[in-house]
Amino acid sequence: MGGALITAGRFIGPSNPNAEKNSPYECGFEAFEDARMKFDVRYYLVAILFIIFDLEIAFLVPWAVVLDSISPAAFGAMALFLFILVIGFIYEWKKGALEWE
Amino acid sequence: MDNFILLIVTILKIILIIVPLLIAVAYLTLAERKVIGSMQARVGPNRVGWRGLAQPFADLFKLLTKEVIVPSSSSRFLFLIAPVLSLAPAFAAWAVVPFSDGLVLADVNAGLLYVLAMTSLGVYGVIIAGWASNSKYAFLGAMRSAAQIVAYEIAMGFALIGVLMMSGSLNLSDIVRAQSGGIGHWFLLPLFPLAVVYFISGVAETNRAPFDVAEGESEIVAGFHVDYSGMAFAVFFLAEYANMIMIAALTAIMFLGGWLSPIDGFGDGFHWFLIKTSLMLFFFLWFRATFPRYRYDQIMRLGWKVFIPVTIVWIAVVGFAIYFNVGPWFQIRSI
Amino acid sequence: MTFQLFVFYVLAAILVFAAGRVITVRNPVYAALFLVLAFFTSAGIWMLLEAEFLSITLVLVYVGAVMVLFLFVVMMLDLNIAPLREGFMQYLPVGILVGLIMVIEMIFLITQRYFKADNYPIPPPSDAGYSNTEALGLLLYSEYLYQFEIAAVILLVAIVAAIALTMRKRPETRYQKPAEQINVKKEDRLRVVSMNSEKD
Repeated sequence: MGGALITAGRFIGPSNPNAEKNSPYECGFEAFEDARMKFDVRYYLVAILFIIFDLEIAFLVPWAVVLDSISPAAFGAMALFLFILVIGFIYEWKKGALEWE
Repeated sequence: MDNFILLIVTILKIILIIVPLLIAVAYLTLAERKVIGSMQARVGPNRVGWRGLAQPFADLFKLLTKEVIVPSSSSRFLFLIAPVLSLAPAFAAWAVVPFSDGLVLADVNAGLLYVLAMTSLGVYGVIIAGWASNSKYAFLGAMRSAAQIVAYEIAMGFALIGVLMMSGSLNLSDIVRAQSGGIGHWFLLPLFPLAVVYFISGVAETNRAPFDVAEGESEIVAGFHVDYSGMAFAVFFLAEYANMIMIAALTAIMFLGGWLSPIDGFGDGFHWFLIKTSLMLFFFLWFRATFPRYRYDQIMRLGWKVFIPVTIVWIAVVGFAIYFNVGPWFQIRSI
Repeated sequence: MTFQLFVFYVLAAILVFAAGRVITVRNPVYAALFLVLAFFTSAGIWMLLEAEFLSITLVLVYVGAVMVLFLFVVMMLDLNIAPLREGFMQYLPVGILVGLIMVIEMIFLITQRYFKADNYPIPPPSDAGYSNTEALGLLLYSEYLYQFEIAAVILLVAIVAAIALTMRKRPETRYQKPAEQINVKKEDRLRVVSMNSEKD
């Protein structure tokens, strides 16, 4: 179903491309260097932390679904899991990984 | 042969969703201008058609007749595919949205996860557009936007976990059904912090004001779509507004009881879903008219240091409350 | 040929094509994007197998998160293709050797009887109310708790490692400290000086 909708979006998308010309590059002033420059390493860090928290969410989903039929041990296990990750979160906070100037 | 008929019916249903959605997007742009207009003591567009009601179509035809400029230094294919990539997930997510009881295109079990996955795909359109344009403004805007979307997506995911714990089901229709029994049973009350976090993260995900540094006109001209024109720009615009409606609809479904009436059993139906979605959309416009733009470091601080801790704490609270049957609101899981 | 089989072949063809392009295309950004396509298509195939939780998690984690990191890296590194090619011939024998070892290992594994498809009967189609997220949750949070905690520790190690590798202290950057801003007292900012009124 989703795939069908995506293709539908595809058809609607570029429905009316008019005649295109190669137009000059507009940037306020003349571009003086390639725009694809190096970037701050913090962007990578954000992306890595994002992956980690995304995985955490992926673990939480099946747990949340079966919440009322699991044993106390499983409940405690998730509490421990979250606790360990909160330690990680506090660590990155203290290290200043979340600071943006 | 049966499959073929099924395919035709499905396509018809898709059209039945997309066409009203497009009209809704068109009139949302008009509503935005009208609402912000009256908030700033202006009239808003009122020339085209009766009281400006034909304005969206005038805009559309104007954009249709404009040229789609492809900058000579861009990656041509990626440049053209990027708007489509941002539009496709915005529309695809609608497949699992229940408009009313049983009125849903795909009643899948993993609806909530599907929605989360689709919103996470939206970032590709932005990154690819920024990179393909090969312009500094576009690239800067794309990177800012990507880091911002990524940060708020975590908060969003955690907020949805809370909903999941309350409902015990990934199916969006079941989530709504779990909220039946009048306004007191909506998830808005027990999950109030998560609802606020979810909605504000939604505003940030769609790059709307006050989180619109990615396209801040006064700083980096228009961000990632600075080089886009004509219909290519229109598609980005469409995607942004379709995403807004999506977030509003999802907030209505997950925290405001979807199609359920505030009074138990009193006229449930599509109209309630519509009213709630429109209310949430009004908040989008209200935010834009009221708040000044956040600075980028403030946005990242809010996402990482406020929303994520709040959601984690509230998940723990909800988890304990449900598991040990505490409180009046945390016992409605067994439906 | 059933409809499902047809869909499978289409997806499989796209998957093989995309995976092939990942290693043949010149531009690393295009390679990363083809990898995205490959992940997406395999998610489609898993969906055909009725493994909707795994399929969507694949999209969520790999397409939505891991590939975003890849794209960040690939887009923002100044990749110069030319010097990369120079060492190509030098590393070719090693590359072939590693590839060969992997192929042999795969052959060993696949020819084992555990992996023969006819060992496993086709599972009966599950009824409508069945949710494999739930099944997975029940299994994961009953039998595999220990492994689950190990996953938590691995994630913690990942956080620490990522920060240790990328953090640089920049003394010149200035941060906003909201707590201090809020806690400012009148006395910190304002000094009331009592003066005699001037008379002339």
